[in-house]
Amino acid sequence: MDEMTLKIEHLCSGFFTERGYVPAVDDVSLLIPRGHVVGIVGESGCGKSMIARSVMGLLKYPGRITGGSIRLDGRELTGLTDRELQPIRGREMAMIFQEPMTSLNPVIPVGKQMREALLLHEDISRSAAKAEVIRMLSHVGVSEPEKRYNAYPHELSGGLRQRVMIAMAMICKPKLLIADEPTTALDVTIEAQILRLIRDLSRETGMSVLLISHNLGVIAQMCDTVYVMYAGKIVEQADALTLFDSYAHPYTRGLMDSVVRLDATPRRLPAIGGVVPNLLRLPAGCAFAPRCPHAVERCQAERPALEELSPGHWCRCFERGRE
Amino acid sequence: MALRKRKTDVISADLASQIGESESMAVQLRRMARKNKLAVASAVFLVLLIFAAVFVPFLSPYDPVSGDASIRLQAPSAAHWLGTDEMGRDVLTRLLYGARISLAVGVVPTLVSMIIGVALGVIAGYAGGKTDYIIMRLADVMLAFPSLLLAMVIMYTLGDGVMNIFLALALVGWASVARVARSETISLKETEYVQAARSIGVRPARIILRHILPNCLPALIVLFTLNIPSAILSESSLSFLGVGVKLPNSSWGLMVNMGRQFLYNAPWISLAPSAAIMLVVLSCNFLGDGLRDALDPHLNNE
Repeated sequence: MDEMTLKIEHLCSGFFTERGYVPAVDDVSLLIPRGHVVGIVGESGCGKSMIARSVMGLLKYPGRITGGSIRLDGRELTGLTDRELQPIRGREMAMIFQEPMTSLNPVIPVGKQMREALLLHEDISRSAAKAEVIRMLSHVGVSEPEKRYNAYPHELSGGLRQRVMIAMAMICKPKLLIADEPTTALDVTIEAQILRLIRDLSRETGMSVLLISHNLGVIAQMCDTVYVMYAGKIVEQADALTLFDSYAHPYTRGLMDSVVRLDATPRRLPAIGGVVPNLLRLPAGCAFAPRCPHAVERCQAERPALEELSPGHWCRCFERGRE
Repeated sequence: MALRKRKTDVISADLASQIGESESMAVQLRRMARKNKLAVASAVFLVLLIFAAVFVPFLSPYDPVSGDASIRLQAPSAAHWLGTDEMGRDVLTRLLYGARISLAVGVVPTLVSMIIGVALGVIAGYAGGKTDYIIMRLADVMLAFPSLLLAMVIMYTLGDGVMNIFLALALVGWASVARVARSETISLKETEYVQAARSIGVRPARIILRHILPNCLPALIVLFTLNIPSAILSESSLSFLGVGVKLPNSSWGLMVNMGRQFLYNAPWISLAPSAAIMLVVLSCNFLGDGLRDALDPHLNNE
């Protein structure tokens, strides 16, 4: 067995539109060791979800993987057909979607939807599958699971639906769980419960988790390793402690500064000026240079590479730490 | 264990505001019946009509084919509720015999064209690409052709007879159904629950049957109820043009036509089948709306 559950190397994927190729994910490498929770953070449109969908093989047309490799437990996933991916999806890797309100089929009772995965991947009788579904439901903290088994999605609250989604994703005990902003649509108390649940389940079963979020608080609470993405590229990566203590990239600093703090004197919340660049017309130099307060001439002309600052802490910036 | 217990408690509070049991289909239909009286009345009317059409030989003392020339063109009376026609036949009796053909023509070809159309439309929508292109261009060709003309050509080729009417109407009706089914499928294909189903490894055939088709149903039920009347009307036109149902059989369209020449002195001959067509068409629409509301799980909460 490979030490790494997921090994993404030089992944490129993007959209082929009428106006040209949009490189949504550009040369991203990412490792998830067994049992670890790895986070990707970045603002909307930076390519976070594209990575998740690339791994699952669920890119929407006209999106396509254009290069690099994705290996799940040593097995190459890029280049597999939909048919070849089917037995892997659900069994080896599963995904929780952003919006629990629309992720469940409204006309099928939730128990039956969960049972689907079991019946597909395991040689199991219907009644045994039902028992397993009920066990899983109570495991993720759904009360009265026998009753919920026959409930339709609209009869459940957002928090409950997301629990059902997690239970559905976990039911075949996948090696990798991809959670694409699993709590964005939920209120903060439910968010905390759901995150704790994912964390606990990962510790119990040794499952690896790829957590995608734009919320630094969520990332700090959950992750072992964090990747910061900007305009399709990794701009900084480090273990969570290092990142939050000694972040180096100006973009990461911008993200950190724009977090509301309850323990500081009230002030105007600094935001990162400007907007995400158009991926069709990326600047010649660093993609963040137009918005960067520390940008120098070199940043406009050359693209910085990822460099290792200290063991395990990588940053893509010429000017890091020079302040 | 203790941790899990606490979690469960938090969730029960979360649940308190929600309705408890999920309900059976029968309960849902009963509640819909209370809310939508028009749909219920329509259903009752259609059931009674079907019942009358089936048992008309026992219900009516008159013969639908041979008439009594001495009582031709009589106005409605206690003996002949809807009057008599130009050959002295009871209009109500002929109306009910005609209902057999008209209702069958409304339902059977519509059902067949729905099945063909839904199958092709869903496949086109789900597969996309070349498959989609070929199927939809075929549908465009069908739609570009005047459907009545096409049905006539088919009838001329195959000859008269009710079975051939079924076939002709089924073959011209599928294209519009395919379009609706395709567009529904394309929008459902992008929903997160279909993506979620794919993400747990569900195969395409199963996604189509379990996740896409049931969610297309509300639109398809409405389409079905709209297509039934148009099939009934098409049959009337075909019969009028002489390639549909032939005398001495009766269908409503044929009866309207035969009564045309007596519209001034014996209007009931045409008006009775016209009213029957109108009532059936209306009932189908009301029933379709009611069913759509009743079968939509989102609306069950109130």
